[in-house]
Amino acid sequence: MTELDEGAGNVSAPSRVPGAPTRRELWLRRQRRRSTTIALVSTVLTFTVVFLVVTNSSGWPKVKDMFFNAERFKEDFPKIVGYLWVDVKLFLQCAPLIVIWGMVIALCRNTRNPVLFPLRMFAAVYTDFFRGVPVILTIYLIGFGIPKLGLLEGEFHFLGFGGSWVSPYLWGPVALVLAYSAYVAEVFRAGIESVHESQRAGARSLGLSQTQTLRYVVIPQATRRVIPPLMNDFLSLQKDVALLSLIGIIEVFRRANSIKDSTANFTPIVVAAVIFLALTIPETRLVDWYTARQRKRTGGSVIA
Amino acid sequence: MKRQILALVAAGSVLFAACGDDSESGSSTPETTAGSETTAGGAETTAASTGGDAKACAEGKTLEAGGLTIGTGDPAFPPYVIDDAPESGQGFEAALALAVAKEMGFEGDAVKWVRTSFDTAVAGSDTNFDFNLQQFTINEERAKVVSFSDPYYTANQAVLGYTDGPGKDVKSLADLKTLKLGAAAGTTSLQYVLDVIQPDVEPFAFNSNADAKTALDNGQIDAIITDLPTGLFISAVEIEGTTVFGQFALGEEGGDQWGLLFTLDNPLVECANIALANLTASGELESITTQWMGDYVEAPLLPES
Amino acid sequence: MTVKLSIRDVEKSFGRKHDRKVVLDHVSLDVEEHQVVCLIGASGSGKSTLLRCINLLEPIDDGQILLDGVDISEPGLDTDPVRRRIGMVFQSYNLFPHMSVLRNITLGPTKVLRRDRDEAEAAARELLGRFALADKADAYPDQLSGGQQQRVAIVRALAMKPELMLLDEVTAALDPVLVGEVLNVIRDMRSEGMTMVLATHEMGFAREISDRVCFLKDGVILESAPPDQLFTDPQRPETREFLERVIASGRL
Repeated sequence: MTELDEGAGNVSAPSRVPGAPTRRELWLRRQRRRSTTIALVSTVLTFTVVFLVVTNSSGWPKVKDMFFNAERFKEDFPKIVGYLWVDVKLFLQCAPLIVIWGMVIALCRNTRNPVLFPLRMFAAVYTDFFRGVPVILTIYLIGFGIPKLGLLEGEFHFLGFGGSWVSPYLWGPVALVLAYSAYVAEVFRAGIESVHESQRAGARSLGLSQTQTLRYVVIPQATRRVIPPLMNDFLSLQKDVALLSLIGIIEVFRRANSIKDSTANFTPIVVAAVIFLALTIPETRLVDWYTARQRKRTGGSVIA
Repeated sequence: MKRQILALVAAGSVLFAACGDDSESGSSTPETTAGSETTAGGAETTAASTGGDAKACAEGKTLEAGGLTIGTGDPAFPPYVIDDAPESGQGFEAALALAVAKEMGFEGDAVKWVRTSFDTAVAGSDTNFDFNLQQFTINEERAKVVSFSDPYYTANQAVLGYTDGPGKDVKSLADLKTLKLGAAAGTTSLQYVLDVIQPDVEPFAFNSNADAKTALDNGQIDAIITDLPTGLFISAVEIEGTTVFGQFALGEEGGDQWGLLFTLDNPLVECANIALANLTASGELESITTQWMGDYVEAPLLPES
Repeated sequence: MTVKLSIRDVEKSFGRKHDRKVVLDHVSLDVEEHQVVCLIGASGSGKSTLLRCINLLEPIDDGQILLDGVDISEPGLDTDPVRRRIGMVFQSYNLFPHMSVLRNITLGPTKVLRRDRDEAEAAARELLGRFALADKADAYPDQLSGGQQQRVAIVRALAMKPELMLLDEVTAALDPVLVGEVLNVIRDMRSEGMTMVLATHEMGFAREISDRVCFLKDGVILESAPPDQLFTDPQRPETREFLERVIASGRL
């Protein structure tokens, strides 16, 4: 009984060498090893089964020939890959304009100043319209409709860009900008509204005007918060750029389709898809990484 | 004994069928058409001189017994089909199809029309017809997945644009390189623009000739490349102020050859070929062609440069 | 002593016709230059609203607010120039999380007072140094403790060189351990002669630092007196009751 320590009821634990793993760490290590092994085995098994089932099915040789034809792949890849630049260029032209115009619409929508009420109305109607009308229709309406009005003639030159006033390369991007800005405006709106009122109070107490408050305090915070959903919208935009082929622009998928039509083989479409995935998958990973980082930084106040 | 008699009867009917012609052969097979057979356009020909009886050939080889299913585009354009109503037989391909059908023993209600897209038919993925016709060009690649009849028409390509537009100075194929060209997707015209003409200015591809026409009208393109008959029809009838500036030949046969499209290795192909041979020999093919396409063959031939 | 701030018969209500809640009911108060006035009272008594009205963050329904004898509460008046002269610090600090401490502090001076950036930064660092925060200049708000953030908020307000400081329960959200450092900053401001109006729960501090204490209940200043008088010999029963409750909770 008297063997107990002075420090009432203290049973001495086995002493641990500092730096050596604790028993919990050892257990965790074992667990991790187990789960990795199980994951590996199950993945290999699943893939093997799927692979065997697919390649041994009766139709596989035909499917392989029609969709995954190695010869066609080699022959068509160089013809198609060059057109990726058309899609990328169109995207790069549209994206910044969408951010700007979307923010303008969001601000118009949020304005509380009674003098600016018409702007607020306009923004509401604008977003309702362009989010309701299918993008395809918008592209046709603007890409073919506006040139058809016959108000435009000749060429324009602006900051190194030039071309005919009726060119699909002008009105196609315009259509996409108008359509996508409506969606992006709503995202920005959510972002702006998520910035707490107290931030505005703090800014105005310093003597910052309404505009300065928006510019230095509200919008920077709003934008940071909505980057994940924005990035998703832009991933979407990359694919929707292909819709501009409706008004004549030849881009990756149109080129692939035309090869498909003349060869009756779908491999070129697979080529185009592979090219696109090579672009979008790294982007998606980037978005995921950024979202996780933001979440850590701001302690969860990220809209995603 | 009974079996031998049956065999004799069967052999006998086959013999009858073999030497049969427009007259009452095939009494052993059910005919859904009314008895009387009016011969087409005059010339009475016998089986021997045309090389075959398409009707006998076609028996039992169609999707539906006693009926023929013909596929065409949705919509089907003039001058190939007028008013998108192929059943009327108005239009080059409508008339031709019905003539072939008749050769194979199908008339009136026995002929059914279905619509398919160009793409699915040419890829061999749509098989709900006995044959399909939409100005399909015969080529090797396509022949791997579908079968074609002998050609029924040879078409050159044409350059169509506004009479006082940028196309008016086109004197050779090389002149095309500087124009904003448009063509319909999936056509040999587009292939030609991309692979052969290779214009200096980026060309345009549209879902259909209808969209290409809109773009031409808007001034968004300078010229449309399409097959000659379509081009001439557009300039004569559809868009005022346009002209076909020239035609040129694609391919070795001196132009695109159009054939009836069948599912791969369809036994009916042979019968259609017999029918076409018959129509050629009788002159009916030529008269159908002249009637519907006659206005659409005149345009200057463009040299290389 | 000149009267710096004069609040006359101010009324403020929230809500619509049948739902109307009167938050400030004919409130009058004069604050002389270099004076410190503390507002005490239960939550919902109108202390925060009064401060927000002085700062023109909320418009008043009736009455007047005069700064240096000039009516700043006139409807339609441009409020921005007025707010430059009044500094306000909030219970929830309201620092801008996307900017560094230094930028938080220099934003006002550079954008509103149009001072040169380098000049503003030097002044900011100096201020931070005075309050033992010099090493935090480039940190971000989320890296600071509550007490540090509140002190930065005070520095940010001071950087605008205000004529009057309003502090709205600035220690209420803080860990008791951190309250002291903020109170020290307020003491320093007082000794430098800053005119201040504070809403606070810290009774001991209020007693120590103020020239005048006002007790609010239901939007009315029931009693207003020098601290020694109010805390030892409250005249109104409501004040007495309130102070008894405060003492019972161990906060005095």
